[in-house]
Amino acid sequence: MELWRKLANPWGQEVLIGISWDLMWAALVFGLGFVAVHFVWARAKANGTSGSDHSESNSSKGWNLPVKVLRHAISERVFHWLMSAAMIVLLVTAFFPIVGVQFAWVEIHWIAGLVLAVTILYHIIQATVWQNFWAMWIDKDDIKAGKLELNNILSKDEEEAPKAGKYPVDHKLFHHAASVAGLLAIATGLLMMLRIDTWFGPADPDRFFSDAQWGVVYVLHGLGGVGLITLVITHIYFAVRPDKWWITKSMFFGWITRDDYLKHHDPERWVVGKKEAPGQEEGGAGPADSRLTHGEGNRAT
Amino acid sequence: MAVIRDMISGFELFQPTAVDDAIELLSRYGDDGWVLSGGLDSFDWFKDRIKKPTAVVDLANVEELKGVRISSDGVEIGAMTTITEVSKHPHLLENYSILAQAAGHIATPQIRNRGTLGGNLSQDTRCWYYRSGWPCYRAGGNVCYAGTPTSMNREHCITGASRCVAVNPSDSAPALIALGAQFVIRGPRGEKIVEAQDYFMSPAVDIQRMTVLKADELLTSIRIPATWSGTDFYYEKMEDRKAWDFALVSVASAIKINGGVIEDARLAVNGIAPFPVRLEVVESFIKGKEPTDELGMAAGQLSLSTINAQPLRHNGFKLPLMRNLVRRSIRGTEG
Repeated sequence: MELWRKLANPWGQEVLIGISWDLMWAALVFGLGFVAVHFVWARAKANGTSGSDHSESNSSKGWNLPVKVLRHAISERVFHWLMSAAMIVLLVTAFFPIVGVQFAWVEIHWIAGLVLAVTILYHIIQATVWQNFWAMWIDKDDIKAGKLELNNILSKDEEEAPKAGKYPVDHKLFHHAASVAGLLAIATGLLMMLRIDTWFGPADPDRFFSDAQWGVVYVLHGLGGVGLITLVITHIYFAVRPDKWWITKSMFFGWITRDDYLKHHDPERWVVGKKEAPGQEEGGAGPADSRLTHGEGNRAT
Repeated sequence: MAVIRDMISGFELFQPTAVDDAIELLSRYGDDGWVLSGGLDSFDWFKDRIKKPTAVVDLANVEELKGVRISSDGVEIGAMTTITEVSKHPHLLENYSILAQAAGHIATPQIRNRGTLGGNLSQDTRCWYYRSGWPCYRAGGNVCYAGTPTSMNREHCITGASRCVAVNPSDSAPALIALGAQFVIRGPRGEKIVEAQDYFMSPAVDIQRMTVLKADELLTSIRIPATWSGTDFYYEKMEDRKAWDFALVSVASAIKINGGVIEDARLAVNGIAPFPVRLEVVESFIKGKEPTDELGMAAGQLSLSTINAQPLRHNGFKLPLMRNLVRRSIRGTEG
């Protein structure tokens, strides 16, 4: 398997042209392989366990909780689906022509890339200014939970991992991997727009870099792109899994149920209700707090 | 320009006598195979050692690809028919003179004797950066050396560019588009027929191919319907010298006139884009009107606006050239 494509430039120097398309197939195989292995493992695990007790009374002890917990505000959902659409268009326009599905892809590709760049910029501003930026950060509890979950996967131990804040550790890891691959592809893609005619002006291919340096830009763009193939495959797989459907639904409707909240999240780490005063009735929400409540994200660490 | 080294890299030569055998060979070798028809494009590549196929499939002995077959529906020309035969064939001269005329403008008599109609339609672009073996987009790289402000791009395209600014060099292509021809393609998956203008590939779709032909497919024949037989034709090729040169711009038109007005028309231009361009908007515009010089001027101007021309630094002259050729093709006379 080759990693790079190289050609001799007019001065006889061998320069990078881009990644080898073998890497595209490798990313596809890796993504589908991960899905197959996880599917088999999850089935085996489901057959071997009887399920743990997530009684509401224990988890919600001392908390006054709403019936529906807002997980994703409308602005976050619009961002997510816009970004998803742009990402799918980008992957299709990037890789379908390589596998023989031919169409005029260049213009669609850079316009979708621009949409992705704008949505990501919006997301960064929103997460920094209006949301808890650190909610996506991996803290000590996440590391502990990750270690325990990994241990549960690799052994037959069934030690229960601590519940997550707003975002479980695997979500955070996916987010960071997608951020690296996505930002790599976006940054290099914006540079590559200089090499084609766009709404912003005619091609200016010699701007900034030599042909050898441009080769590096193309390689980084390719690496970001093939990385996203694997990440998108795994993301879609988890989104359609029945045991994750409660999260996927929240990306459509915004909220999760109080039961799912208590089953998967630690009210101390993702605060959505009010702590009951001592002496108040324990055991969950009453009719008065059935409003949709938006959590505050993970506590800052 | 490339230095001719006159020493071709080794390859395995196959000389099949049937189309099916040729297709089987092309399927076997895929991208490492090469179709040899007249050899006038191929040997340049081979001698420059820029293209080094593993196997060359020479079609010279495939008789079913040769000759002009006349029927009541029109005429079918084998892809391996020589350009000389096309330019001098009595039936073509009488009924489809635009094709014979275009064929007569190709290169030189020696080249026309050896070159084939299929080869002229399927030949690679003549961009010298690409032909010199530079790693441009068309060669699999990520640069267009011809598109920069300092490039030698006098002969390159004024429209239709997508990263690559090379032009299609075929003289016969616009004539066949004007005649409403269909191209017959055979491959391991069977036969397919494409309209003449759809045979040519835009770099926006595939920057490394000039035509829709895949590595295991052959252009077997060109079918010209009787629809345009004997109508008013116009062909003109502007080149830097009167022989052995590629067109700066060429135009071909087939116009049916009834009662002094244009009843139907087909126009095509080459040398302005990476593919021959059919001017359908102009065709619609001139229908129902008298073929006067005023109409030609208006049509020429319209042709410029419809192609969304974006000339390079050195080829702005192609705009008035194309405008005037379209004007002449409607007026019907040179000068």
